[in-house]
Amino acid sequence: MTDTIALLNLALAAIEATDEERMLDQLRVEYLGKKGQLTELLKGLGKLPAEQRPAAGEHINEAKRQIQQALDSRRDFIVTKALEQQLASETIDVSLPGRRQSAGGLHPVSRTIDRIRQLFESVGYSVAEGPEIEDDYHNFEALNIPGHHPARAMHDTFYINPTTVLRTHTSPVQVRVMERGKPPFRMICPGRVYRCDSDLTHTPMFHQVEGLLIDEHVTFADLKGTLADFLQSFFEADLAVRFRPSYFPFTEPSAEVDMSCVMCSGKGCRVCKQTGWLEVLGCGMVHPSVLESSGIDSTKYRGFAFGMGVERLAMLRYGVNDLRLFFENDLKFLRQFN
Amino acid sequence: MIFTQQWIREWVDVNLEPSMLISQLTMAGLEVDAHGPVAADFSGVIVAEVRNVIQHPDADKLRVCDVFDGTEVLQVVCGAANVRAGLKVPYAKIGAQLPVHNPAADAPASFSIKKAKLRGIESFGMLCSAEELGMSDSSDGLLELPDDAPPGVCVREYLKTDDVFYEMDLTPNRGDCLSIRGLAREIAALNYLAYHEPAINAVSPTLTDVFPVTLQASAQCPRYLGRVIKGINPDVRTPLWMQEKLRRCGLRSIDPVVDVTNYVLLELGQPMHAFDLQQLQGGIVVRMAEVGEKITLLDGKQIDVQADTLLIADHRGPLALAGIMGGENSGVSNATRDIFLECAWFDPLAIAGRARRYGLHTDASHRYERGVDSDLQHDAMERATQLLLEIVGGAAGPVIEQAHNVPAKKSVTLEVGNIDRLLGLPMSKDQILNILSRLGLILESSSETEMRFSVPSYRFDISIEADLIEELARVYGYDHLPVTKPLVRMNLSPRPEGTITPERLRERLLTLGYQQVISYSFVEPSLLMRLQPDIEPVALQNPISADMAVMRTTLWAGLIQTLQHNVNRQQSRIRLFETGQIFLSTGEQVEQPDMLGGLVYGSRMPAEWSQTKDSADFFDVKGDLEILLSLSGEADSFTFQAQPHPALHSGQSARIFKSGRAVGWIGALSPTLQRILDLSEKVYLFEIELTAVLTSRIPAFKPLSKFPEVSRDLALLLDKNIPARSIRAELSELAGEFLTSLRIFDVYQGDAIGSDKKSMALGLTWQHPSRTLGDDDINSIIERCVKGLEVKFNAKLRN
Repeated sequence: MTDTIALLNLALAAIEATDEERMLDQLRVEYLGKKGQLTELLKGLGKLPAEQRPAAGEHINEAKRQIQQALDSRRDFIVTKALEQQLASETIDVSLPGRRQSAGGLHPVSRTIDRIRQLFESVGYSVAEGPEIEDDYHNFEALNIPGHHPARAMHDTFYINPTTVLRTHTSPVQVRVMERGKPPFRMICPGRVYRCDSDLTHTPMFHQVEGLLIDEHVTFADLKGTLADFLQSFFEADLAVRFRPSYFPFTEPSAEVDMSCVMCSGKGCRVCKQTGWLEVLGCGMVHPSVLESSGIDSTKYRGFAFGMGVERLAMLRYGVNDLRLFFENDLKFLRQFN
Repeated sequence: MIFTQQWIREWVDVNLEPSMLISQLTMAGLEVDAHGPVAADFSGVIVAEVRNVIQHPDADKLRVCDVFDGTEVLQVVCGAANVRAGLKVPYAKIGAQLPVHNPAADAPASFSIKKAKLRGIESFGMLCSAEELGMSDSSDGLLELPDDAPPGVCVREYLKTDDVFYEMDLTPNRGDCLSIRGLAREIAALNYLAYHEPAINAVSPTLTDVFPVTLQASAQCPRYLGRVIKGINPDVRTPLWMQEKLRRCGLRSIDPVVDVTNYVLLELGQPMHAFDLQQLQGGIVVRMAEVGEKITLLDGKQIDVQADTLLIADHRGPLALAGIMGGENSGVSNATRDIFLECAWFDPLAIAGRARRYGLHTDASHRYERGVDSDLQHDAMERATQLLLEIVGGAAGPVIEQAHNVPAKKSVTLEVGNIDRLLGLPMSKDQILNILSRLGLILESSSETEMRFSVPSYRFDISIEADLIEELARVYGYDHLPVTKPLVRMNLSPRPEGTITPERLRERLLTLGYQQVISYSFVEPSLLMRLQPDIEPVALQNPISADMAVMRTTLWAGLIQTLQHNVNRQQSRIRLFETGQIFLSTGEQVEQPDMLGGLVYGSRMPAEWSQTKDSADFFDVKGDLEILLSLSGEADSFTFQAQPHPALHSGQSARIFKSGRAVGWIGALSPTLQRILDLSEKVYLFEIELTAVLTSRIPAFKPLSKFPEVSRDLALLLDKNIPARSIRAELSELAGEFLTSLRIFDVYQGDAIGSDKKSMALGLTWQHPSRTLGDDDINSIIERCVKGLEVKFNAKLRN
C-alpha cells in the first residue's frame, strides 16, 4: 500500500518534470510496461492474503490509471507547446505580395468589342469577319455606291490600286455573308476599318461593329427597339434614344441614332456640343438592291443593318478624352483597363 | 448650303424660333451644322453721308471728314482709302457699341465709341467697314451703302441685320435642298405652309442675236440653253441687297454678272455660266474631251482633261469643264460688254466624280453631281436675264435651246401594305396622300392596294417604293414610329467544339502576363525592310504619311514600335501581344491571315521581394507559347525547328510547324537589330497563325489501365548539336507502344564532359493495358533504346 502510493507520487513527479515526448515513453515503460514497477507490484499481489488482494489490486490499478492520465495530459501539453513554437517560428507577413507573373489586360477597344458582341450574342447574333484589303465591289458597288456616287467622297479611301481599297467600313462583311449563305441572317461583324484622315478626332484606322438582321418579318420598328435596347444595355443606363432621318446608299429608310449625352445627362456640355445628344450609330433597313445583288429575294426578305464606331463608344463608356491614345499603346493608358 | 431666315421667309412664311427650326429640320433629315447672327451685336450705328473730305494736317493716312447724320454735320477722322465726298456709310455715333473682333474668353465682346483726338484733330465717332460691324472677316475699306440710303436711319434696320444664318450639312441624296427654293419647299411641307415662288417673267428679247450651240454629247447634256446679252455697263456695282444676300450665304461679291449667276444658283439651285461673247469662236459645242486636251481654269490652274470629261468648247477648243468650272480666257472681265449666258442640265453621272479627280470642288459640281432639277433651266435663264438687265443693263436676245432626251418624269408605285411591312406601322391612303402631295408628288392612280405617284423632277432620290416609304417615315417623324423587338426563330447558334474561341486564347495570354495592344496595320517601310527584307509589302497609293506607307507583313513591326514607345517612357518590363491580319502579296491576290504575335522584354518575373531579377529567355517565351498551344489538346502536333530568320538571333530562332506545315516563328531579336533599334535588353518574339492555335481536338476516351506504371531513367552523353527533338522522336519510336510519358529532366553541358558534348537525362514511363510489365519487358526495351540511339546519334549511356 505505501509502496503503491510512494511509487505513484514518484511517477507523477517524474512525468510533471518531463519536457520531451520521448521521455514520457520511457516513463511509461518504467512504470506501466511489462516489467514496469507497477506491473511488478501487481505480480506481487499473489503474496498477499486473499481478503486483501481486491483492495490492493484496486489501489494499484487506480495508480496505473492516474499515471496513464498524467502521461496523456503531459503528452498533450508537450505536443501543444511544440506546435505553438512551430507556428510562432513559421509566422509570416501575409501582407507581402504573392509570388506571381504580372497580369496582362485587354486593349479597351477589344474590351468594348467583347461587350458589344456578348450583348448581341445573348439574343442569337453570330460573329462574322472579313478581309481588310477589300475589292471595290464589296466595299462600294454591292452596297449601292457606284463609282461616281457622291457618297464616295464621304469615305476618304485608302487605295492599294484603282480597284482595291482598305475597307472603309465593315459593311462589306455583310455582303460576303449574304453571298455565301441563305437567309435568315443574324450577325455582327467587328473589325478594323480605314479612312485617309488624321487629326484630333480622326485616326486613319479605327474599329466598327456592323450588325445585320435579315428575315421575313423585320421592320424599322424592330430596328428602333433593337438599338435602343442595345444602347441602354451597353451603357447600363435608361438613356433617351432618338432616330433621325439620314442617308446611306445601302439602307432605306436610313437613320442616325442619337442618345442623350452620358456626360451631362442631356443637359448640354462640351462633349455633346451643348446639344444634349450624341450621335452614336448609323442604321437603316437594308436597301432592296443590296439584297438583290447578294442574291436575296427582296420581296420576301427584309432586314436592318447598323454600324457603330467602337472607339467612340469606348470613349463615352470609359471617359477617354483623346482618340489617339487608343493607338499609341502606352502601357500607362492600357493598364487602366486591366 | 447656307440659308438665312429673311431670304427663306420671302418664299415661305415660317416663323419658328431658330432652335425650333433647327430641331425640325434635323429630325427631317436635314442636319443643321451651325447657325448664328449674320452680323455682330452692335448699336448706335446710323447711315451717314460724307459731305467733305480734307487731308489730315499731321497724318498721311488720315482724312478729316464732314459727316451728315441726318440732323447735323459732325467732324470725323477716318483712315479708310475709299472715303470720299458723297459716299453713304455706316457711322458709329458717340456712345455706339461696336463688337470686338475675336474677343478673349473673359474680355468684353464690345466697346463703346467715345469722342477722341487723332493726331490733334477731334473726331466725333467712327465710319465703319463691314469687318468692324462683324459682317465680314476682312474688309478693305468702308462699307459703301447705296446712294439712296437715307442719312440718320439705323444701319441695323437699313441692312436688316437682325437675321439668322443656318448652315446645312445635307446628305448627298438631297441635292434638291441645295437652294433657297428647295429648302423653302421642304420647310413648307413640314409646316403645312404654302410656298410662293417669286414671279419669274420671261424677258422679251430686244435683240435677234443668237450664238449657235451644238450638242454632240447629248446623253451627258440633254438640255442646253443659251442667250446673248449685249451692251452691259461694266462699271455698275452689284446692289448692296444682293451683295448682302450672297455674303450671308457664304459667297463673296465678285462682279455683277458673276454675282447674278451665283444669286440664281443659291436662289433656284441652277448653276449658270456667263461667257464673254467676244472671246467665243464660231459656236458652242458640248462634247466629251479628246485625249491630250488641256484647259486653264478660272483659278489659273492648268489641267490635262481626261476623255470621260464633258467639255463646253467653241470651234477653237475647250472653254469650260461642264458643270464644274469655267476657263480662264472666256469668262467675263471688266472689259466685257457682250455676254453669252449658259444654263444647262447635265446628267449627274456625267459630272459625278470628275471634279474630285481634278482636285476641284465647286458650288456647281456639288449641285450637278447630286442632281439639278431638269425642269428648271428656262426659269433660271429668265430670272438671271431679268436681274442682269436690272443691274447692268444691256439688251437680251432670244433664248435658244438644244434638248435631246431630257429624262421623263418618273412614276413610282406604292403597295400600301408594304408600309406596315417595312415600318411596322400601317398608314391609310389619306395619310399617304397627305404626306406625299405636300412633298410635291402627284397621285396618278389608285386602287385598293396600290397607289401610283409621279415624282417631281427635282427629287432624284425617289425612284423605288422604298424611297416613298422613307419619305412617309421622314415626314411622319421617325420618333413617332413604333418601337418593337424582332421576333425570330430560336435556332441554336453553331458552337464548333473543334474551334477554340479567341476569347479563351486571350484569357490565357492575360494570365501569362501579356498586355494586348492594337497597332496600326500600316507601318514604316524601313522597319519592315529590316524585319523581312525578302518580302515585298503591299503599298498604299495614298498613305497618310511616309511612316504609315505599307501594310504590315508581320505583327512584329507594330509590337516593336510599341516596345520602343514604352521603353522611351521608362517602362523596363514589357510583355505584349496583338492579334490581327497581316497582308502578304501573292501576285494578283493578297493573303490576309489572322496572326497572333507576342513580345517579351525585361525580367522573367515582375520585380518584387520574392522573385529573382533574371531576364526572361527563349525558354520562358517558348513555355508561354506551349501553354497556348496546349489549348488545342494536341500540343505534340507542334514542332520547333532551328531555322534562321533575318530578324532573329541565328542561334535562337525556331520555325514552328503544325503537323508538318509551317505556321510561325519564335526567337530572340537579332543583336544587330537590337542595337539599331537602341534597345538595351534582349527582345523575344513569336508570331503564329491564329487558326493553327485555335484548332482543337475533341477529347476521345481511352480505358484506364489497372496495372502499375514502370519508370526508368536514361542518362545519355551526346554530341551537343543533336536537338532534343530528335532524341525524343527516336525514343518515342524505340520505347514501344506502352510508353505513356517521356520527359527530359536534365541537360548539362560543361568541361567535365567535353565542350562538344552534352548530357541529357530522360525519364520514361510505361504502362500496359492488360498486364503488369516485368523487369524483363523493360530491360529489353531499354536495351533496344540504348542500341538504337547509339546507332543513330552515337549516344552513349552515362553511368
